[in-house]
Amino acid sequence: MELFWTSIAGILTLSVLSFLYADNPFYKAAEHIFIGIAAGYVFCAQFHNVFIPNLWTPLTQHGELIMLIPFALGSALFTRFFKGIGWISRWPMSVIIGTYAGLAVIGFASGDLVLQVQASLIPVFVPATIDAFTTNMTFVNFLNIFTNLLFTVGLITVLFYFFFSLEHKGGLKHVALAGTTLLMIGFGAGYGYTVMTRIALLFDRFYFLFVEWLKIA
Amino acid sequence: MKREIPILITLIFGVFMIIQFFIPHPSINRIAGTLQEWAIVVISFSYVLGSANILRINGEIVYRRGPDWPYKLALVLAFLLMVSTGLFGGIQEGSFANDKLFKHIYVPMASTMYASLAFFIASAAFRAFRIRTWQAAVLAISAVLVMLGRIPIAQDIWSELPDVVEWIMNVPNAVAQRGILIGAALGAIATGLKVILGIERSYLGNE
Amino acid sequence: MARSILDKLESLDRRWIFLAIGLAVAFPIFIRFGLEPNVSPPVKAFYDTIEKLPPHSRVLCSFDFDPGAKAELLPMCVAVLRHIIEKGHKPVIFTLWSLAPSMVEEQCNAVCKREYGLKYGVDYVYLGFKEGREAVMVSMGRSMRDAFPNDFYGTPIAELPLMSDVENYSSFAVLVNISSGYPGTKEYVQYVEARFDIPLISGASAVSVPEYAAYYQSGQLEGLLTGMTGAAEYEKLIRRPDFGHIAMDGQTIGHLVIIAFILFGNLIYIINRRRKA
Repeated sequence: MELFWTSIAGILTLSVLSFLYADNPFYKAAEHIFIGIAAGYVFCAQFHNVFIPNLWTPLTQHGELIMLIPFALGSALFTRFFKGIGWISRWPMSVIIGTYAGLAVIGFASGDLVLQVQASLIPVFVPATIDAFTTNMTFVNFLNIFTNLLFTVGLITVLFYFFFSLEHKGGLKHVALAGTTLLMIGFGAGYGYTVMTRIALLFDRFYFLFVEWLKIA
Repeated sequence: MKREIPILITLIFGVFMIIQFFIPHPSINRIAGTLQEWAIVVISFSYVLGSANILRINGEIVYRRGPDWPYKLALVLAFLLMVSTGLFGGIQEGSFANDKLFKHIYVPMASTMYASLAFFIASAAFRAFRIRTWQAAVLAISAVLVMLGRIPIAQDIWSELPDVVEWIMNVPNAVAQRGILIGAALGAIATGLKVILGIERSYLGNE
Repeated sequence: MARSILDKLESLDRRWIFLAIGLAVAFPIFIRFGLEPNVSPPVKAFYDTIEKLPPHSRVLCSFDFDPGAKAELLPMCVAVLRHIIEKGHKPVIFTLWSLAPSMVEEQCNAVCKREYGLKYGVDYVYLGFKEGREAVMVSMGRSMRDAFPNDFYGTPIAELPLMSDVENYSSFAVLVNISSGYPGTKEYVQYVEARFDIPLISGASAVSVPEYAAYYQSGQLEGLLTGMTGAAEYEKLIRRPDFGHIAMDGQTIGHLVIIAFILFGNLIYIINRRRKA
């Protein structure tokens, strides 16, 4: 029986891969089954993990009648399906948007803005890096001499690149250019790491096909 | 009614999410906590709404024998099978919904869909990754160094390569990412405040 | 002749490229090289954070990814759980991704229960999934029980010995987040690390890591594992080679082939451009 289900998994894997040759009915069928199963699973996960413990149990077993409010708000989302009263669904939407907007203001301010700026408020030059380089002349020790300079001045150039209130010409053009160079290094790293992820996922699928299903390797 | 109440709700929820940070008094925390519990329930309903919408749209196509209806039928049947087994039998280990439907149908397809991007990224590397400007050259050098530096043979290529790649990631890359993070944070804070104060209302639609 | 080959190569059907990368990545499954990863400083920092925890610490683990990223992140979860357990700490695991609960449960039971024979509720707990993303993260900072009244199996968490005195993040020694996107490490940095007093270590899908490097550099993340390579490095540190090690051969060949594609593609482009000029 296990082989049967593993074979189903194998056939579906090949169906998805078949898209690489051309769009075909096997891929289309797999794609639709994929969405159906995913939507059904999400529905069940929400029911067992949120609806029951966070709403139904407090309401029915602990007598927390105040939970009727989120129940009513949640149910109001379904008014979207009916013309004339669809506007009521804006109320629960406002709950979601208000919550996330409020949390985001604090989250971005404290987590990203303040602490990231703070991490760049450092001396532009650390004499110890020169000592480290003269005692051990490696390329990395040479690069380390410029580390703090990049974190301070480099960050200003990157931020300047995104600052459009001043035209990027004359000397300012070079500042923006330095910022662009740093961004390109970041995007290159991003590309390299994206390749890393995709190759790892592909290896896993081949491992499943050849080792776990077909057992030919 | 149609616009004022949603704006008021957004304001109340948004303000309490902010002031619970600045005034961590138990009473404020209690109110903010209750609002968060409500939000968790409402967000959960929104996913159920999404699932119901998928069922409704595809069910209608099947009913009308619209384009690709046999595929839509497969989608609806897969959905109903998952929901009927998952709701009554649960989705934990040992259940039919997990052990058969999720593990042997969803997992292989989801993994393969993401994995197939490896093919497209390889194609893009060969056909589209053209070094036409010096900025593109910087990007390419950075990408190649990072790809070489993160594999086991990196040290055999050049003993300092792993350290150089670590430096690229933790210094120039981190600086670039920091610039983006700071810019995005300023944008997110401004947008969040505009939404809470009712200046930004596009989420309410046109009506 | 040479010209026609160059022209053909420039407009090569992408399916040949698909075939080439497919064969290259599949090749080491049949002929293994047994390549060993080099341990990088962020991985060592992650390892050291777990090593230095006080004995019998409670470790909060948020495993936030769906099956699309399981190849990269499940080996990481397994290696990290093994380390946590072997050091005598007690993992409390949950997920904020709606497509993850049973996948994470299975892995959690495979390691905690079946491999190490730990007792559920006493040595480890699985809280399951909770919707709400950032709202749940902040809610747990106030009260764990408000966010997770029950565990994955419906038992009130107050009835579980490991959880009976848990209040919020302060009841845990460290927060381990292994994630492949939103909600994940970025949100834990913004909403938890910056706000509540708990150290954060992260393992992430490689594609997210360049962004998280800024957080690692600023000290907001105390350790960082990168994709499959990060998992392999961690396996090396705990001396338990597993799937991460197996995948290193494919990872290496895959990277080399992509680099060859970039170089070869540009070589053809330059030759053709000069020829046409």
